[in-house]
Amino acid sequence: MSDSAAFLSDYLAASLRLSVPLAFAALGGLFSERSGVLNIGLEGMLLTGAFVSAATVFYTGSVWVAILAALIVGGLVGLLHAYLCVTLRVDQLVSGLAINLSAAGLTAFLSRLVFNSKTSQPLQGLDAIAIPGLSQIPIVGSLFFNQDPLVYLLLLLVPLITYLLFKTSLGLTLRAVGEYPRAAETAGVSVLFVRYLSVMLSGCLASLGGAYLVLVHVKFFMEDISAGKGFIALAALIFGRWHPISTVLACVLFGATEALQLRIQAFGLNIPYQFLVMLPYVIALFALIGLAGKSTPPAALGIPYVKESLDD
Amino acid sequence: MKANQILRSITPVLSPLFAISSALLVGAGLIALAGVNPIAAYSVLFREALANYYGFGTTLTKTAPLLLTSLGVFVALKAGQFNIGGEGQIYMGGLGSVLVGLYVHGLPALIHVPLALLSGFLFGAIWGLIPGYLKAIRGINEVITTLLLNYIALNLINYLVSNPLIEPGAPSPYSPTIATSAQLPIILPQTQTHAGILIGFAATIVLWIVFQRLPLGYQIEAVGQNPIAARYAGISVERTIMLVMATAGGLAGLAGAGEVTGLKYRLFDQFSPGYGFDAIAIAFLSRGNLVGVVMTSLFFGALRSGANVMQRSAGVPVTVVYAIQGLAVLFIAIGLALEKRFAIRQSSVITSG
Repeated sequence: MSDSAAFLSDYLAASLRLSVPLAFAALGGLFSERSGVLNIGLEGMLLTGAFVSAATVFYTGSVWVAILAALIVGGLVGLLHAYLCVTLRVDQLVSGLAINLSAAGLTAFLSRLVFNSKTSQPLQGLDAIAIPGLSQIPIVGSLFFNQDPLVYLLLLLVPLITYLLFKTSLGLTLRAVGEYPRAAETAGVSVLFVRYLSVMLSGCLASLGGAYLVLVHVKFFMEDISAGKGFIALAALIFGRWHPISTVLACVLFGATEALQLRIQAFGLNIPYQFLVMLPYVIALFALIGLAGKSTPPAALGIPYVKESLDD
Repeated sequence: MKANQILRSITPVLSPLFAISSALLVGAGLIALAGVNPIAAYSVLFREALANYYGFGTTLTKTAPLLLTSLGVFVALKAGQFNIGGEGQIYMGGLGSVLVGLYVHGLPALIHVPLALLSGFLFGAIWGLIPGYLKAIRGINEVITTLLLNYIALNLINYLVSNPLIEPGAPSPYSPTIATSAQLPIILPQTQTHAGILIGFAATIVLWIVFQRLPLGYQIEAVGQNPIAARYAGISVERTIMLVMATAGGLAGLAGAGEVTGLKYRLFDQFSPGYGFDAIAIAFLSRGNLVGVVMTSLFFGALRSGANVMQRSAGVPVTVVYAIQGLAVLFIAIGLALEKRFAIRQSSVITSG
């Protein structure tokens, strides 16, 4: 009994750990895409956050400075994406791809300089803070109330973003910009400003996902540590129909699949591990296929907004 | 007026040149950050890659898969499709060719080699057709599906070479050697340069004919520029999308088949060092121009060829090359956007003046 309970809580904990980076990135994608800007660059933003936080904690030894640095640099990458997509009106896919390729190259190069041969040396991580009382509840307690601050932040963000998006005028403005920018502009909203802000926020959140990956989950940095998590987050966003709660649930599904992969091996089941590694990607693919036509993106997604000027 | 014409004829080259030189400039900064003189590092890199017989051989060897894969991305892009799945398609192509090289016996090389390449093409084409079908018929964004399929292909190959296809007693996952009759010939004596580069050039010529001379090329470009208008003109947008995606996959598959039949003679786990992703950069940098694809592939091939020597003799990590390539795409995106603005301003000056 206690064995299976231990296994269950262990499995749930692993699922949560693997879902958190996805969820941060997917919520980031949600802001960007709700405002009408495609964000394929989530992968690069996540990778940037992972590298920046690893390098900062390596130099300063302070986890909090590392998180702050990840937020700032993530926001700057978001700013770049916004500048390319909103101001220069570069094809949004191209801009995202350029960010991914640059982030992959730059972090791979800089990590050699920063960590030299010390990559195997574990970095200082973020410690869990147990919430008194609640953390004593069996299974649920250790799962939700004995976690690090980033998980608490995520748990707070989900209802907060849902409320913000659907119950406040700020959220209405954001959605209007993504659905019908012309009308929003007529109503006195600066489409440009809203999109810049959303895409920058997107960069911050995705970067935070990378910081979690490095500071809580693996505690070291290596090349391409993001390994497609940004793309899975995008699939989760589509799967979750651009709604914060269902998007995060989709992330949990993908995270739980990945956790399963690590545990099936322990059971000695005769499934080659490569198929298990493949599983989250296959599930994401089938999720997209199953939802085709049923999941409608924001109407203005991917379309650059050109302000109507009087002299046209 | 004349100056204007000259300007217009050289602008297609200006943006890529601007992008590549800016990327090299930032790369120089990175090299300096590594404590090495950038000029010394670059001269080692390019001397090795272009002015040295063996180095140039390596450049051509690395150009072959880059060229074929980026031709695939190029074709898809012409029809407005983003094929980010080159990496997975390369692996599937490698698989297709290794199966023919391992399990088909008793053929003369004249038949065996083309058969292995064809099989690689077909495996890659199927891997490209899946996202093509999903996009054309089910409306699913090809960017995400091709990306996800990369990870699926990589793990599939890893499984195959670790289990059913593994060479008995192999220390790490790889397949047995393919039959000699299935091996592509070496074209530069005493180098590793195999005939794959010639296949790349041949594919370039075929595509040039398709896009310059055949209605099919026009049809593909029509779908890329305005699918709704193309549909009104009686073109099947769905079939065109599936065709270009299968072709894109097939060309990447040929790249993988070339690596297996010309260079490694076996199927390895992780035999492509990211050629599929470089190809995306190459296709964007070439801005829809086939000569541009060939030149940029050569440039990227040279970077990869010279980078190893630069790492050994100057101590600059090879990864600086990936940074340069990624930044080049970033700068070309900026360059093209600025160019479009400049063109709009020019035309408004002309019309109002």
